[in-house]
Amino acid sequence: MIDVLQHVVVGPFRDIGSNPAFFGEVVIGGILAGMLYSLVALGFVLIFKASGVFNFAQGVMVLFAALTLVGLLERGLPVAAAFVVTAAVMIALAFVIERVVLRPLVNQEHIILFMATIGLNFFLEGFGEMLWGANVKKLDVGIPDRSFMMAGMQVNQLELSAGVIAAVIVAILAVFFQKTRIGRALRAVADDHEAALSIGIPLKTIWVVVWSVAGLVAIVAGVMWGAKSGVQFSLSLIALKALPVLILGGFESVAGAILGGLIIGVGEKIGEVYWGPLVGGAIENWFAYVLALAFLLVRPQGLFGEKIIERV
Amino acid sequence: MSAAAGAGVLLQVESVSVRFGALMALSGVSVDVRAGEILAIIGPNGAGKTTLLNVISGFYHPSQGRIFFEGRDRTRLRPPDVAELGIARTFQNVALFKGMSVLDNIMTGRLLKMKGSFLLDALYLGPAMSQELANRAFVERIIDFLEIQAIRKAPAGRLPYGLQKRVELARALAAEPKLLLLDEPMAGMNVEEKEDMCRFILDVNGEFGTTIVLIEHDMGVVMDISDRVVVLDYGRKIADGTPDDVRTHPAVLDAYLGVTHD
Amino acid sequence: MIYREAGQFKTTYASDQAIFPIVQDRVVVALGVLAVFVLPTRFANEYWLQAILIPFLIYALAALGLNLLTGYAGQLSLGTGGFMAVGAYAAFKLSTAFPSLSIVIVFLLSGLIAALVGVVFGIPSLRIKGFYLAVATLAAQFFLIWLFNKVAWFVNYAPSGTITAPSRTVLGVTVTGPTASAAARYVLALVFVAVFALIAKNLVRGRIGRSWMAIRDRDIAAEIIGVRPLRTKLLAFAISSFYCGIAGAELVFLYLGSAETLAFDIGLSFLVLFMVIIGGLGSVLGSFLGAAFIVLVPIFLTNAPHVMGLSLPVAFQKQLELMVFGGLIIFFLIVEPHGLARLWQITKEKLRLWPFPH
Repeated sequence: MIDVLQHVVVGPFRDIGSNPAFFGEVVIGGILAGMLYSLVALGFVLIFKASGVFNFAQGVMVLFAALTLVGLLERGLPVAAAFVVTAAVMIALAFVIERVVLRPLVNQEHIILFMATIGLNFFLEGFGEMLWGANVKKLDVGIPDRSFMMAGMQVNQLELSAGVIAAVIVAILAVFFQKTRIGRALRAVADDHEAALSIGIPLKTIWVVVWSVAGLVAIVAGVMWGAKSGVQFSLSLIALKALPVLILGGFESVAGAILGGLIIGVGEKIGEVYWGPLVGGAIENWFAYVLALAFLLVRPQGLFGEKIIERV
Repeated sequence: MSAAAGAGVLLQVESVSVRFGALMALSGVSVDVRAGEILAIIGPNGAGKTTLLNVISGFYHPSQGRIFFEGRDRTRLRPPDVAELGIARTFQNVALFKGMSVLDNIMTGRLLKMKGSFLLDALYLGPAMSQELANRAFVERIIDFLEIQAIRKAPAGRLPYGLQKRVELARALAAEPKLLLLDEPMAGMNVEEKEDMCRFILDVNGEFGTTIVLIEHDMGVVMDISDRVVVLDYGRKIADGTPDDVRTHPAVLDAYLGVTHD
Repeated sequence: MIYREAGQFKTTYASDQAIFPIVQDRVVVALGVLAVFVLPTRFANEYWLQAILIPFLIYALAALGLNLLTGYAGQLSLGTGGFMAVGAYAAFKLSTAFPSLSIVIVFLLSGLIAALVGVVFGIPSLRIKGFYLAVATLAAQFFLIWLFNKVAWFVNYAPSGTITAPSRTVLGVTVTGPTASAAARYVLALVFVAVFALIAKNLVRGRIGRSWMAIRDRDIAAEIIGVRPLRTKLLAFAISSFYCGIAGAELVFLYLGSAETLAFDIGLSFLVLFMVIIGGLGSVLGSFLGAAFIVLVPIFLTNAPHVMGLSLPVAFQKQLELMVFGGLIIFFLIVEPHGLARLWQITKEKLRLWPFPH
């Protein structure tokens, strides 16, 4: 018993202490992976905030965007043109989704809309593969996948670029929400649908905009992950990895998605490297969830939530 | 104070304060509710009336002060415990179970009167069945009493507002409470519905001897049906007495007419 | 016989509280129950039993379980696959460790074990609601599957990592294992689902069901009536997982014969949730209708091209199936968000008034 405790409680910390440079690498790796979680979680938050829809198809949108981009590149389009066309496709998709799925279901209960997005998930999966084929594709965006030394630590260049780009996107979105007219309108909708309507913002437009933005975010996420691990079906599963971020940061908080993503990314990497081997590894599928739940026990209102006083 | 002081006092709220962050929703409010009376709580919006009911029913816990029910300290109970003491209530914005029928809503009010073993419930046998039927019979009496026979199978969520309020009263009555808390039972009703509701409240008090605390804005109604009136303003009690006392109380006039008085 | 209730007066509360208050319904249901026990075992061929009826019964049981939790108690769960896996692995361990134990007892015990696990993973429901809870139940899904994959003890150290149903008999008839006839497996699955559907109906129309629905519809009002949220929600998790656990055990023992954890992945959780939503949240009948729909649609999609004389490439066919399946789900949600059970109810209302429109 003491022995087990020794292994679980003391051992990993001793490992951390004995090689701080390696620990630093683990943390940086976690932050970079966390930026990508943040990016995917942002897609969820944008849509949930503006329309109350828990968009389960976010992961497939990432896959679909990456498949489209790769498909266009393979057909000889220059990189810039391929990006533009993919963006256009994602915006068109937002229009279609608004018209065909969301509008007929407006005012339905949240769970119904959630199920509809799972239907959408199936549809897009089939559609994407039908258009572009199902085999693993290599996505080369011109950033080499190799490491260099920085302050005595190994840092992967591809991961670093991905992290930086994700950070830039997150910053752009933050500015978009704070400074632009449509951004402010989106926040108004999130706070109060009727109020937003009463000052003349059509819900329809807003839904198309948020789904478009979520689609564009999906392209970035798809490129980042695709460059690392190839464009394949498993890409659609990264959405599942971003979900614990939502428990942590809240479904409606942009800041929560960003910070939550970082916490999950770092926590997961540390858990995987130092505690994973104790239980036989491969814990990355569930560890983030346990981390998020443990956090909730300590702080039930999540990262940025205020303590809710229920009005009765 | 203790039980001795409460001869005839059912519920005692003793200098209770409730704070939400920087806001004092209630500061040092004391109210005695005597067994068998109808007590009205009035006051302008935001005076802390609903907060007082929420404290009594256990949704909030006071930051200071104590609450006694039948002479025992009940300050920190949770709502289900409060229900077990024999306190029932209705809500300002009707809190019916919208997906259930009117009958099921009222039957849910009987929950604490129903004991059972899980296995018998699952098989719907013997005691489980007879208990279900006995409680159904009781509920039917309430349905008759409140004259809602025709809607007993209707989904509660689709009823007009006035009827929903009546069903909510029925659900509270089904628990056979000693103390009934009504939060604006007549809000949003037309004159006719208000008259019906007044009659029901008086009948409940008269026939079953149920003690009633109600929040109401309609002064006519308050003056007509209540034995005593407590006036709150900005979280403080500013008056407490018979309707006639309160009507002429200077602080009450100020609170309602908005005159500053120093 | 015209479908009409005129002339049938209910003189006791007992008759008004009955599951089928109208005589015609009772007759039809009685005949129906008789028919489903006798007809398929006599006339249905192996394909029908194996490909359609047996999975339908098993999924219906799982959907019932999830419907109690999500439809009645209002707690959204995406961990169904994980809870079914618990039932399946428990049944495998129990039946191989105690070969003389009746398979019926094994199934029931597996359900109980799943119920315990369900309670543990239901604890977060006290703190969090709605989609937050749904995401939290995914923790159960991923953790449990990982556990069964990782710990070789659960599969009796089989190098393949699969669990295989041993041969067992009930009343002298082989019902599990490779030699069990489809008819025998069908009847066992049918008995289980029939008994547990009745129990589910009894629960939801009584004390327990009302406290579940009260928590679902308005938790604050429920509390002040005396419903204790902790106990009520955990009971819902326990019973729901009990049903799902038995369904999971049946999935391996009566349908697949052998399985790996892959059979219980998150896709299964969604499939069962689809059944509940398409069938109708908060409806016992809906669980059956939803299961039938979800079992039949893929079969229809697989066979439709053949019937139409088209021969499609396999990959294309699979993609098309995904698209049509997804599209159909969205279509159904738009047409009738309250599910097939509501459609059935509306039809019955119309029938009662027929030939008059109102």
